[in-house]
Amino acid sequence: MKQNIPRTQPRKSATFDDYTLSEIRRAAVSGIYDIRGGGSKRVLPGLDDLLFLGASMSRYPLEGYREACGTDVVLGTRFAKNPIQLKIPITIAGMSFGSLSAQAKEALGRGATIAGTSTTTGDGGMTPEERGQSETLIYQYLPSRYGMNPDDLRKADAIEVVVGQGAKPGGGGMLLGQKISDRVAEMRNLPKGIDQRSACRHPDWTGPDDLEIKINELREITDWEKPIYIKIGGARPYYDTALSVKAGADVIVIDGMQGGTAATQEVFIEHVGQPTLACIRPAVKALQDMGMHRKVQLIVSGGIRNGADVAKALALGADAVSIGTAAMVALGDNDPELEKEYQKLGTTAGAYDDWHEGQDPAGISTQDPELSKRLDPVMAGRRLANYLKVMALEAQTVTRACGKSHVLNLEPEDLVALTVESAAMAQVPLAGTDWIPGKNHG
Amino acid sequence: MDMLDLKELGVRGVNSVLHDLSKSRAKSYKINNPMGQHSIACGLDAPMQIKIEGHVGFYCGGMNQHAEIKVNGHAGVGLAENMMSGRIHVSGNASESAGATAHGGLLVIDGDASSRCGISMKGVDIVVGGSVGHMSAFMAQSGCLVICGDAGDALGDSIYEAIIFVRGKVASLGTDCIEKEMRPEHQAKLKELLEASSLQADSTEFRRYGSARTLYNFDVDNADAY
Amino acid sequence: MCGIVGLYLKNVKLQAQLGCMFKPMLIEMSSRGPDSAGVAIYRNPVKAGQTKFSLAHDDSGFLWETLETNLAASLNCEVATLKVANHCILVTDAAETEVISWLQTNHPEVRIVGSGKSIEIFKEVGPPEKVYEQFELEHASGTHMIGHTRMATESAVTTAGSHPFATGADLCLVHNGSLSNHNILRNNLEREGIKFQTENDTEVAGAYMTWKIRSGATLRQALEDGIKEIDGFYTFCIGTQDGFAVVRDPIACKHAVMAETDDWVAMATEFRAIAHLPGSEQARIWEPEPSTIYVWGEQ
Repeated sequence: MKQNIPRTQPRKSATFDDYTLSEIRRAAVSGIYDIRGGGSKRVLPGLDDLLFLGASMSRYPLEGYREACGTDVVLGTRFAKNPIQLKIPITIAGMSFGSLSAQAKEALGRGATIAGTSTTTGDGGMTPEERGQSETLIYQYLPSRYGMNPDDLRKADAIEVVVGQGAKPGGGGMLLGQKISDRVAEMRNLPKGIDQRSACRHPDWTGPDDLEIKINELREITDWEKPIYIKIGGARPYYDTALSVKAGADVIVIDGMQGGTAATQEVFIEHVGQPTLACIRPAVKALQDMGMHRKVQLIVSGGIRNGADVAKALALGADAVSIGTAAMVALGDNDPELEKEYQKLGTTAGAYDDWHEGQDPAGISTQDPELSKRLDPVMAGRRLANYLKVMALEAQTVTRACGKSHVLNLEPEDLVALTVESAAMAQVPLAGTDWIPGKNHG
Repeated sequence: MDMLDLKELGVRGVNSVLHDLSKSRAKSYKINNPMGQHSIACGLDAPMQIKIEGHVGFYCGGMNQHAEIKVNGHAGVGLAENMMSGRIHVSGNASESAGATAHGGLLVIDGDASSRCGISMKGVDIVVGGSVGHMSAFMAQSGCLVICGDAGDALGDSIYEAIIFVRGKVASLGTDCIEKEMRPEHQAKLKELLEASSLQADSTEFRRYGSARTLYNFDVDNADAY
Repeated sequence: MCGIVGLYLKNVKLQAQLGCMFKPMLIEMSSRGPDSAGVAIYRNPVKAGQTKFSLAHDDSGFLWETLETNLAASLNCEVATLKVANHCILVTDAAETEVISWLQTNHPEVRIVGSGKSIEIFKEVGPPEKVYEQFELEHASGTHMIGHTRMATESAVTTAGSHPFATGADLCLVHNGSLSNHNILRNNLEREGIKFQTENDTEVAGAYMTWKIRSGATLRQALEDGIKEIDGFYTFCIGTQDGFAVVRDPIACKHAVMAETDDWVAMATEFRAIAHLPGSEQARIWEPEPSTIYVWGEQ
């Protein structure tokens, strides 16, 4: 008797998932690695896995507003004559003119200034718009040295030596031909329309022992006035922090793999570097071991999104955080109002990351004059300032609930973790237990 | 000419004097006892004449603007790095990364330069009386590198629009760097640079090298070059 | 990441001043190597049949005389010890392997820092100036010296992690740079019976040299193989019984400079270390080429 054999449920492979299959097909046609912007999109152990304990019988909260909760921070107290004073412990991370439009850079400067914080130039040099709009401007010193010059160095408030960034520890900058406009080409000293190939190491020093000499040169050129930051991608945070101190840093920036980039190989973003959460405690421990915690300041970046993230990073020992992707979103990146245009680009709002193609409908990560015009720097600056204000208020709310009058008084003991991984990385107990994996037996 | 003794003043002391433009602009200084120290006469920002008697360490004349610096001795790593304008002249040899990422001005090295001479150069002109080491003119974007002696391995790897003139042997060429035709405008530029450097050399004995421009926009068939 | 310096005296009349000439060279490298320092000095060669050991103990009050007596009794040999801070120079006519065995059994806490005919190795955590003073090297005389100031990169700042690392009789290694395949190499060498005291990359390079030479390679052959098999960034300076050797990796990003006069040959990570030597202004100065082995004083 013939039987109708029922089919099994069609099942897709977890290993060969839809994304992986599409990537293999793309590679087979193009013969080149996939390039995109943004940071790691994977699910990773992160700050969401940590919770604050708040107030209870033994800890008492501060009243909102009346009982002051300070958010100011000073960066670069170690050697410089003029440290950086910020009203909030949230800075804008380095993003280049070239990867972003001039309007976007201006908006970042406006918003940061309203909020009382700093912006950072990127791998392309300093624009007059950004220096004009940004009250406090950090000037990046990168392997490429595009646009680097002593006049801008002297105009900067601080100098950030870039050893690496979280999206690609070990990779150099990348800007494809579509975005090398006349102005970008002139600033970077490149032919228009070519694909910028990038150095991954500095041209005239390698290693912290030689960086020490280079930092002294930068101090000599600027007469020891400005703080020197060192920025590193999340690789070996304990040793990287210790070596940065030994090399003479005033401030250390550690950027985890959720940190964005304008453009790099997908393989770099998803498979090289560590999650931000895994980097914070080792970096803080290195500072503590050297007696330098709060003397050499630590800025943490890579996927910082809200005031809770700010407070948690500070509780784990950071002095401040830096935002990049989040700032772009505040300006208008990936807004659902532009969904029709994202669909035309073969993507959807929230997933758009082909920033290297320079077709951003929001006018942020593009050099196209028509698209760039869409971003009103004044309005966008206002949006950024609002967002920064919310982050600061959220951080204050949480801090007051923990009984502290300043965000820098938050401690690891204010936190518990929801998962074993996050407990181990943050070195705080698993909620409901005394257990810190790797540290004690509970 | 004002004398500055680096042994007495230290690097900070010497640089402070030179950076005080209200007093140092258009002056001449002689710096004695450099003792191989680093960052001597870096960040100068006005026309002035500096003579350094002895060997200098790393980053001598770093980010130089407008000044003329003469080193009677050898120079360490990163000589004239990121120079914007002006002139730096070393009578001896220069270490690695001479003229690195420099945007303008003229760098003259009477002796040899080590590896990575002119790395990432962005408009400077460099004239080397002797030979250069490996990876010279790596990612060189613009400007001219003149080598009266030989060049080491991987000359001009990933070069953009900079021009290299070599009189001696080239150990090997880097990715996308090829020999190119020497045309009258190149001859003229080369002659001008040799005269400016005061190195006695016959411009007709040089060959020209530059970018093949095959890596300017990615093509899968060139993938091996990456 | 570090500073390395080496000085070889061609002029025998200067030997009495070796320690004095070397001191400012080492101190000048302090800013790039603040964590610890070490030197290998070649002096007072022992008689035929004798071996000289450099030993160290964490407890500066350790009684070396007792060890001397016990060793002499156990192995029925002559032993003389000279305490220098928390190190000890031990000279004996017993077989080297037997002495090492005895020490490992009876005093596992004693570190065997080096051995040979004339080498003495001193190394300790602390600023280079203090370390030099601690081991009374200012007035030392000898034929040649190599030294190292350390900035620890991926391993802890400990005495054991300091350079020089002994790699065989009268052989030692100092390193500036950062290796990248030392963990695989360590595993392989452990399988060959070599024991490691630290996580340090330089210790692996030293052990690699030891193993190659023990297996019959000459110094040059060992270094040639090393260039092929050791990955990463390095300038190595190797102290030998008769002088020293220098080699840089193929990429050659870690700077090195050499200088020579009629009186001496010197090498350093930075020229300012050499600038202190008499005659340095007129010396022939050059840079070692990548992947090239330079040897001085070879017999």
